[in-house]
Amino acid sequence: MANSETAKTSNAGFIKNLIRNQCFIPLAALLLLALFNLIADPSFFRITFGYNSAGNPVLSGFIIDIINNGSELAILAIGMTLVTAASGGQDISVGAAIAIAGSVILRVLCGGNARPETLQAPIIVAFLVACVVAMLFGAFNGVLVAYFKIQPMIATLILYTAGRSIAAWINNNELPVISDPRFAYFGGFIPGIPIPTPCFIAVACMIVIAIVLKVTNLRLYTQAVGINQSSSKLNGLNPEMIKVMAFVILGLCVAVAGLIKVSRVSSINYSVIAKDIEMDAILAVALGGNALSGGKFSMAASIIGAFVIQCLTTTLYKFGVSSTALPAYKAVVVILLVIVSAPTVREWFSTLTKKMKLSKEVA
Amino acid sequence: MKKKLAVLLTGAMVMATLAGCGGASEEAAAPAAEAPAAEEEAPAAEAPAAEEEAPAAEAPAAEEEAPAAEEEAPAADAASGDLITVGIINNDPSESGYRTANDADLKAAFTEENGYSASFAYGNPAVGNANEDQVKAAQQFIQDGVDYLLLSAADTAGWDTVLQDAQDAGVQVILFDRTIDADESLYAASIVSDMDKEGQTAVDWLASQNLDTYNIIHLQGQMGSAAQQGRTKALDDKVAAEANWNMVEQQTASWNAENAQQIVQSVISSGKEFNVIYAENDDMAKGAVAALDAANISHGVGKDVIVMGFDCNKWALEELLAGNWNYDGQCNPFQSSYIDDVIKTLESGGTPAEKVIIMDEKGFDATTITQEDVDNYGI
Repeated sequence: MANSETAKTSNAGFIKNLIRNQCFIPLAALLLLALFNLIADPSFFRITFGYNSAGNPVLSGFIIDIINNGSELAILAIGMTLVTAASGGQDISVGAAIAIAGSVILRVLCGGNARPETLQAPIIVAFLVACVVAMLFGAFNGVLVAYFKIQPMIATLILYTAGRSIAAWINNNELPVISDPRFAYFGGFIPGIPIPTPCFIAVACMIVIAIVLKVTNLRLYTQAVGINQSSSKLNGLNPEMIKVMAFVILGLCVAVAGLIKVSRVSSINYSVIAKDIEMDAILAVALGGNALSGGKFSMAASIIGAFVIQCLTTTLYKFGVSSTALPAYKAVVVILLVIVSAPTVREWFSTLTKKMKLSKEVA
Repeated sequence: MKKKLAVLLTGAMVMATLAGCGGASEEAAAPAAEAPAAEEEAPAAEAPAAEEEAPAAEAPAAEEEAPAAEEEAPAADAASGDLITVGIINNDPSESGYRTANDADLKAAFTEENGYSASFAYGNPAVGNANEDQVKAAQQFIQDGVDYLLLSAADTAGWDTVLQDAQDAGVQVILFDRTIDADESLYAASIVSDMDKEGQTAVDWLASQNLDTYNIIHLQGQMGSAAQQGRTKALDDKVAAEANWNMVEQQTASWNAENAQQIVQSVISSGKEFNVIYAENDDMAKGAVAALDAANISHGVGKDVIVMGFDCNKWALEELLAGNWNYDGQCNPFQSSYIDDVIKTLESGGTPAEKVIIMDEKGFDATTITQEDVDNYGI
């Protein structure tokens, strides 16, 4: 008797913990989408092994597509989560910054000539230069936010409007095309490895950030600054520095995402590359149940949120939703997810369940 | 600074009164509209504007003295060896490869060697309201007394007042690339691409390939844009009319290579059969080809899938030359020679034969394209 009682409570406790876990909502959304696809058409989960036109082994299928195409978003979600937590605002310039980073990479690789026969510099050098540039732009945003106390959305609006023009200017408005197949590895496949490279890059970024959060005080400090800036200052932290650092880390994420983006097509189109990705990145953070006003955050939930968005996009593509209606469908699902994961709604749910339990006990 | 500005404003108002052959109400509107524009320029562009103002303001004033002989006045200017002043209002060159080529073409054509003195202004949707900026720029050009106003408007609406002002000030307006919703009497000529014709040329080419069945993946541009509508319409009509033309997938990729890649990946993953990719621009065709390559589906001349693109980027024409793509439709950005013809006609006292001039636009077939075509038509 007593045994089953404890089992019951521990069971309830487990479910309670599960629901309270921040990852619950995005994971549930992901499962729901998976379930929907399973019922509608199980071939969604089929993964086929084949060879691409260069004769290299590749895996293909919707699941692979989701993981592959969601990589950039997941990487950006990492940086965006930190920025959100530290500054209580969002960076809306990441799309434009990706254009800049991509443009820098191509500029270094081409050396000013729009269609080089051979690469003018090693890819790693181009990538490192892009990292430095993107981090500088991140620092610029960060300084505006931290030291000049400008609202993050307004501060990053500057780069949002100017970024794509800067990107075009870096390459003299030309559209460079890289013909070297090695450059396409980063957005495609490395010969002999059937899994798309962006997956590896995204996983590497996740591992790095997990280690950094585990080993350093980054999480603690960021949350402290986000929850209460003045009290964190009284405790000997430098909140300005930490905010700038969050934006610089986002800059690094931008450079990585930029490399993948330009590598996917070995070229760039300044006005449409990574268009509106900032909104998806912010959405990923929101879907992860993170407070957009800053403070505590869950990195894993944000990353899962990013894949939820990509899963939704791929699902809609799969069902051939008419192109004019696509944004509307997406909006409906997003509204539902955001409302369900909103802290106030969750609170309301928990009081509701409490009340129900209470009434049961009374009965 | 403020004094100068005041002098400028008075000058503008006097000019407006001088030009007062039309109704008084229109005149009242003109300075009112100019005032905020002038104020906003005060910090940034005051000095150069003032410099340009002096000579420019005199020229139209002189023209106004003989309002009956409006057309002769600029002709006399040209005869006396003066440059024809043109104010060119375009869209942001970084918008697309098309716009870059368009801007470069205009810059190369309207030079002092060719007898023009050109000033450029751009509307950039990323920075502000492109159309408003363009209207302001047009007002400034009219105030500066340019001979011709060349306009590629960001929006079709909102141009009536400023074009009326131009007409009152004796400035000839020539539209290029994009047309606007305004009375035809307000502009001298309009030089445009016919997007419907571009689509029709492409679809006719596709029909001439005589495939048994056409299973088409249609990648559309930004929904609602003129290029998307024109290029979509021809294909939609054909698919509706022919029994062996099937639309496997019709989806917007918003001119974006990556979106196109995702869409085509998704079609491949779902195992649907297709043999034509009809992409409404080169970038999307490129994205689609990346997806084909990853799935080892052959494409190009004599291969499994026909690849079609638009815009004739140089790299795209090179793909054609290499036989990797099959067709590329031109969207002609080289309007300067047409504009030049119109201006020459107007200068010699004539009127252009047609108000709306539709440019020649080609479609390139991979089996017949030559290196020369790539060099001449690639943008």
